[in-house]
Amino acid sequence: MTAATMNDSNHGLARPQRRPALELRRVVKEYQGDPPVRALNDVSLRIDHGELVAIVGASGSGKSTLLNVMGTLDRPTHGIVEIDGVDTAGRSDNAVAGIRARKIGFVFQQFFLLPGMSAVENVANGLLYQGIAPSERRARAIDALRRVGLGHRLEHTPNQLSGGERQRVAVARALVHHPAFVLADEPTGNLDSRSTDAVMQLIRDLHAEGTTIVVITHDTDIAAELPRRVTVHDGSIIADSGHPDDAPEI
Amino acid sequence: MASNDQSPASKLRLNDVVRVGASGPRARKTRTALSALGISIGIAALVGVLGLSESSKSALLDEIAALGTNLLTVEAGGGIGAGDGELPDTALASVARIPTVTSASAVWDVDADVYRNEFIPEGETGAINVVASDVDLVHTLRGEVAAGRFFDENTAHYPTAVVGSVAAERYGIRDLNTPTYVFIGDEYVEVVGILKEFPLAADLDRSVILSQQAATTFFDADDSPSTVFVRVLDGTIDETRDVLPGNTDPENPEEVTVSRPSDALEAQAAADDALTTLFLGLGAVALLVGGIGIANVMVIAVIERRGEIGLRRALGATQAHIRRQFLTEAVILSVLGGIGGVAIGVVATLVYATSQDWRVIIPQEAALGGLAGAIAIGAIAGLYPAMRAAKLPPTEALRA
Repeated sequence: MTAATMNDSNHGLARPQRRPALELRRVVKEYQGDPPVRALNDVSLRIDHGELVAIVGASGSGKSTLLNVMGTLDRPTHGIVEIDGVDTAGRSDNAVAGIRARKIGFVFQQFFLLPGMSAVENVANGLLYQGIAPSERRARAIDALRRVGLGHRLEHTPNQLSGGERQRVAVARALVHHPAFVLADEPTGNLDSRSTDAVMQLIRDLHAEGTTIVVITHDTDIAAELPRRVTVHDGSIIADSGHPDDAPEI
Repeated sequence: MASNDQSPASKLRLNDVVRVGASGPRARKTRTALSALGISIGIAALVGVLGLSESSKSALLDEIAALGTNLLTVEAGGGIGAGDGELPDTALASVARIPTVTSASAVWDVDADVYRNEFIPEGETGAINVVASDVDLVHTLRGEVAAGRFFDENTAHYPTAVVGSVAAERYGIRDLNTPTYVFIGDEYVEVVGILKEFPLAADLDRSVILSQQAATTFFDADDSPSTVFVRVLDGTIDETRDVLPGNTDPENPEEVTVSRPSDALEAQAAADDALTTLFLGLGAVALLVGGIGIANVMVIAVIERRGEIGLRRALGATQAHIRRQFLTEAVILSVLGGIGGVAIGVVATLVYATSQDWRVIIPQEAALGGLAGAIAIGAIAGLYPAMRAAKLPPTEALRA
């Protein structure tokens, strides 16, 4: 089953209240060169609010490029990228940055916590580029840290935290502005197995509370635990298990 | 539900620009201190040099003010031929009659050698000479007596001597607690006074001075004065200067030279300026090197902190936000350096000027100019690294 047929089957189906958090339509990404390298080849994908999706692929499959395009960190060569119903094509860099600031949360394999800043300050940075006042940023950051179970680590700096705790701080930072969806790029790639389990459990808990999360991973075991799996190979989506609420086609 | 098609652009508050710009230096304190050091040294040099030169000049100018800039000296010389190369015998009286002259004194050469005692071989005078003066000399020159007294109307006819400061030192005369004599011509003459130095008439420091009355009575003194010292009313220096030659020697005014000894001291103050300029140049070079140091540190910071740049772009920062962050960071480094430099410069001036008993003067232009210069240098030094940081594509930055 391809993404295209999946999307076709979604139209006019039984659950009209489903709303796309992210939609790619016929996206092509080529890198200049001789010959040009086509990293994404006619990719269409729709992820609805409330979904928990794994995007699985080996290295070089194009999943990093897909992450960059979904996160509006890179623009597609052709095709349409809509974030929470807003088409990003033709918008200025400033406007697209505004979409990232409000609609997308990022979790990275390397955490990217700023050294010398406390957990609260790091999480509050998730609200920095919306022009929100410092006191409100701090209050919301504390809420987000409590949500990921780090209410007792507010003033710790990254080097005082374990790897798993660091990644939970990063998850709190990705959630603090209530984005349309969270993009988690190999979120467990730098963690031991115990921390991996904890972080994946956190991701499932957050999903259960209604957060839309896309996990990009090369690890098929992690992907297997998630309700929807999209498999990428050679710049194309070769398999999509589809929305779990949809009845399997007969 | 219709989606908001006009989603707002990302936005960084002004005080957050400062906060974000300070986050880098705050997290790396040692490096911050070291990279600000170059600017500190430059600014400290500028503030210190200007402060010390102003303070030392103030000492010199205070001295000039105390000695007065209204002293003129009248001497023979300058013209060609017509006269006899001497001031007229009446020069002192003529000069004293000029209305703008408040006091006048003269010095006459005495044709005699002076020795500490009779056992000194002939000719070894140690460059000390004998002159005669009227009783007003110390008053006119605003000199002071270190020990004993100068001549007055009542003692001028005694064959006694007063020694200048250098002469006293060479003769080993420190006080007059026991009767002290010098050997002039072939007579012992009692020393009744020791003078402090005359900054405006240094020749007299190396002289043994007799009163004019005694010198003509007991020795062979010239009738024509060698120098006439003239104190004039403030504000009349130029006009007095113009009429002095004609009044001194109506027949050969061109043979009269009038000079102003305080000019020499002021020239000395000006000469200090030349040295100051040199040090200021060195300070400017240090500042430039400090600026290059900051640019260097910032370029490295941009390379090292690619991950942070990528993260901030992912969090919604625009290129302009990144540029502002690194520019602010560079300015913060240079301002820290500037503040440190001003502090070091002020303390150095304070310590040295105090040790020299100078009045402490910190020129405000130096301190404020130093800070303004530091900000400008930081901004210029940060420009290129900030542009580089801003131009870095987020996908590349996140690949760190």
